[in-house]
Amino acid sequence: MSNSRSDLSPDRKKIVTDPLRPSDHADSAPAADEGRDDITSPRLGPVEWLRWGWRQLTSMRTALVLLLLLAIAAVPGSLVPQRGADPNGVTQYFTDNPDLAPVLDKLSLFDVYSSPWFSAIYILLFVSLIGCVLPRTQHHWKALRAQPPRTPARLTRLDDHRDVTVSVPGGQDASAVAASAVETAAAQLRRSGYRVARYDGRGAFSVSAERGYLRETGNLVFHIALVGVLIAVGVGGGFTYTGQRVLVEGQAFTNSLLDYSSFNPGRFVNTDTLAPYSMTLDRFDVSYVPPGQPGSGQAGDFAANVTTLTPDGQRQDGQVRVNHPLDVQGDRVYLLGNGYAPTVTIRNAEGVEVFHDSVAFLPQDANMTSLGVIKVADGMPEQLGLIGFFYPTMDTLTSGALTSTYGDLEYPVLTLRVYAGDLGIDDGTPRSVYTLDPTGMTQIAGGDSGTPALRLMPGETQDLPNGLGTITFENEAPAGTTGYAGSVKRFASLSIHRDLAGPWVLGFATLATLGLLAALFVPRRRMWVKATPHGDTVRVEYAGLARGEDPTLAAALDQIVERHRPALPAPTDQSPPSRPASDDQSRPDTGKVD
Amino acid sequence: MPGTDPLLLDEISLLLVWTAVAIYVLAFIAYAIDLARRSDLAIKAKDEVVARELVTAGGGGVIDASPRPAASGTSSATPRYLWARMGTALVALGFLFHLAGDVLRGVAAGRVPWSNMYEFALTGTLLVVAVYLVVLTRFDLRFLGALITGLAVVLLGGATLAFHVEVVPLADPLKSVWLVIHVFVASLATALFALAFGLSVMQLLQTRRERKLALAASSDAPAPRRNFLQTLPNADALESLAYRFAIVGFIFWTFTLIAGSIWANDAWGRFWGFDTKEVWTFVIWVLYAGYIHARATRGWRGTRSAWLSIIGFAAVLFNFTIVNVFFKGLHAYSGLTT
Ligand code: HEM
Repeated sequence: MSNSRSDLSPDRKKIVTDPLRPSDHADSAPAADEGRDDITSPRLGPVEWLRWGWRQLTSMRTALVLLLLLAIAAVPGSLVPQRGADPNGVTQYFTDNPDLAPVLDKLSLFDVYSSPWFSAIYILLFVSLIGCVLPRTQHHWKALRAQPPRTPARLTRLDDHRDVTVSVPGGQDASAVAASAVETAAAQLRRSGYRVARYDGRGAFSVSAERGYLRETGNLVFHIALVGVLIAVGVGGGFTYTGQRVLVEGQAFTNSLLDYSSFNPGRFVNTDTLAPYSMTLDRFDVSYVPPGQPGSGQAGDFAANVTTLTPDGQRQDGQVRVNHPLDVQGDRVYLLGNGYAPTVTIRNAEGVEVFHDSVAFLPQDANMTSLGVIKVADGMPEQLGLIGFFYPTMDTLTSGALTSTYGDLEYPVLTLRVYAGDLGIDDGTPRSVYTLDPTGMTQIAGGDSGTPALRLMPGETQDLPNGLGTITFENEAPAGTTGYAGSVKRFASLSIHRDLAGPWVLGFATLATLGLLAALFVPRRRMWVKATPHGDTVRVEYAGLARGEDPTLAAALDQIVERHRPALPAPTDQSPPSRPASDDQSRPDTGKVD
Repeated sequence: MPGTDPLLLDEISLLLVWTAVAIYVLAFIAYAIDLARRSDLAIKAKDEVVARELVTAGGGGVIDASPRPAASGTSSATPRYLWARMGTALVALGFLFHLAGDVLRGVAAGRVPWSNMYEFALTGTLLVVAVYLVVLTRFDLRFLGALITGLAVVLLGGATLAFHVEVVPLADPLKSVWLVIHVFVASLATALFALAFGLSVMQLLQTRRERKLALAASSDAPAPRRNFLQTLPNADALESLAYRFAIVGFIFWTFTLIAGSIWANDAWGRFWGFDTKEVWTFVIWVLYAGYIHARATRGWRGTRSAWLSIIGFAAVLFNFTIVNVFFKGLHAYSGLTT
């Protein structure tokens, strides 16, 4: 409720302990110099202009407008795919909207959150914030040590006001009774967390008390912590790196730049000093909901079982699961994806092994129909390229096409189309290991080549077309295994992160939240207790004034009166609480909450 | 519950949920009648208590739930709240069915019942109603009853029709304590924002009415038509109460944001990536920060800040309806995405 804010301030003149507010804060009285902000003012020098501009930038209105602009500016990034979050989506967008996409790109709409206009808004906002918070901090620092303000002359003018008149017992001095009553009140107020100051004089004794400085402290902590969050994100991001690596069961990798398939270091990362450890994928676990149950075929409980080897020779077993990254030497290892990596051996016509590897096939659907590429660069008359599909549980559609109906290895089948010719890798052009561009090559198996595509199950060997040699789909299951369980290796796609920003961001965010709690819920209020001797009676007045939102003020005042009662002689006449009648209407809820 | 068929439990749960929706519809009707009758009674009460009018320029001003001598002194006080009382009783009854349906869904699934779009709506609306009922014990906000029950009927009924899915095992990324915390707190915040929204709407209506009243008093412009607004607190009191719900909601929302980031860091290896869901959570947070600022900015207190509260809640609802997009993103977790 706002009706007891500073527009009813007892002293018109600025009170030191009041928090400093921008001049257009709802609580600051429209200043006499407000007009000077307008263009009507006489000539302004450059310094005045600067001062004027700074005042505008650090005003409540500017902060508000910038906040709203920030909210609006963030929205387009949720409507258009962003390079940072969804690079494939951006590529797709360019394909789908060839005319529109370049225009949007010019407007940075695919990089909204690093765009000049978005940056401009938040940088201005934070400049405004700092410009606003610094003077307030300085002011608050002083206020923390200032005395509560002088007791207003007429407490009855305040909304929250109580009044008790007591008669002085025979033989006592009215002034002494009044003084001791105020002394007790001061002690009680101090005990309940108020800062107090005595103001006696002009035939009256009074104590002025104030509490809730924590409200402003919280506000300042909140705003400064936001700056902390921003800096932690900006600077911490520079020390952060992420790298990706695909590991097939049994494979190992060392944490060095060379061993990553992709690596994104922050600006300040020294890639020569990555924590030296190596990691082996021993086994990848996954479970499937059996057929006939709700969610049948759904895969879950993914777990990459790894062994890490640190430079000091320490071996440690660990598990990387979704939601449960593994901590290794300050890095965090995440599980990004998984799939099958069929092991294939190719021999040439002389029976010499020219290819032997477990090749990661990328899953294409929920039942793990997977696509992969095998490249044979040497040892054959011509280079060979094979494009393969792997079906862990193969079935035939009515159209004759093959498909997988279940993610686990029930009836694993590998099919391969074979191309002969130039793979285009000899000139040094980087090619993805997951794609094959068959232009300029001759298809010799599958498709329209006249020879059917190769089709193998684990353990089977077939001849390559044109007498080129043989191909074997190795069965990786230990000898004596029945069924196909374990016949094909799995791979895990791991992402390794070092994040220096995270803990700092979390720290500042927590600080901001704590500050916010104090800023929003600690009531800031002034209380006065004043005792005036009149002949053989003493009039004791109690009054409270809210500084900011304070729905519980009236209740708090009642409590003070209640607690003070034993310190007084019996009242002669207790006038009913002199809360204005209209108060009941405009603040019906006061006193209800405590 | 070993031996109990989850499918059967879910079917019973659905039955309970539909019963709750039906009861909420009845509650909505009762509250609507209450609002209509309030205006009716306001006209009758006019002759009766002219004197009272003098101190209630802005309206009755009665938010306090405790019986007030001033209000009960008039003969019209008791019948006035009959329909509202019925509405509240129905909401409480509906809530029990709703709660039972929600709990049963959780039992059927063997986990917290807020893991997909349907369950999120189920638990989210449950919390909206719960917060409303709890708040009623402190403040008489029954004039928001029609809005709250209307919201519950549309969201719960709509989600049950459009999003109901069988219980299936949780996808891996959702197996996290943060799901439990993050989503629950977000729902709580939503409930508080909903109340703030309702109060802000009433505040705008009340402000318009007060302006007309003032105009009628100072000139011979026609007085505004009497309606239920007359029995509501004045615009200032409505604004202040809206603010108090909004700041509590804002704290919860701040927590939602932080908890979401922690979860994202565990699940995806980065605490913030401006994915759609994150963007909207952020936008909502900034909007409400703007609302709180507006309340402290000269010229923005009152009507303008009320609009911000309304826009903020509109964003919350928007965010809620694109949740399914979010979950789709997580379900495609089985394979390599890059
Ligand atoms: C990142 C931008 C900002 C955010 C998110 C933000 C958020 C908030 C929030 C949530 C509050 C309410 C808590 C409280 O009362 O302490 C608040 C209050 C306040 N903010 Fe900011 N703020 C921002 C920037 C600014 C700027 C630039 C200024 C200076 C012009 C400013 C001045 C204030 C003041 C004076 C209050 C106290 C309002 C009152 O008296 O109730 N803020 N802010």
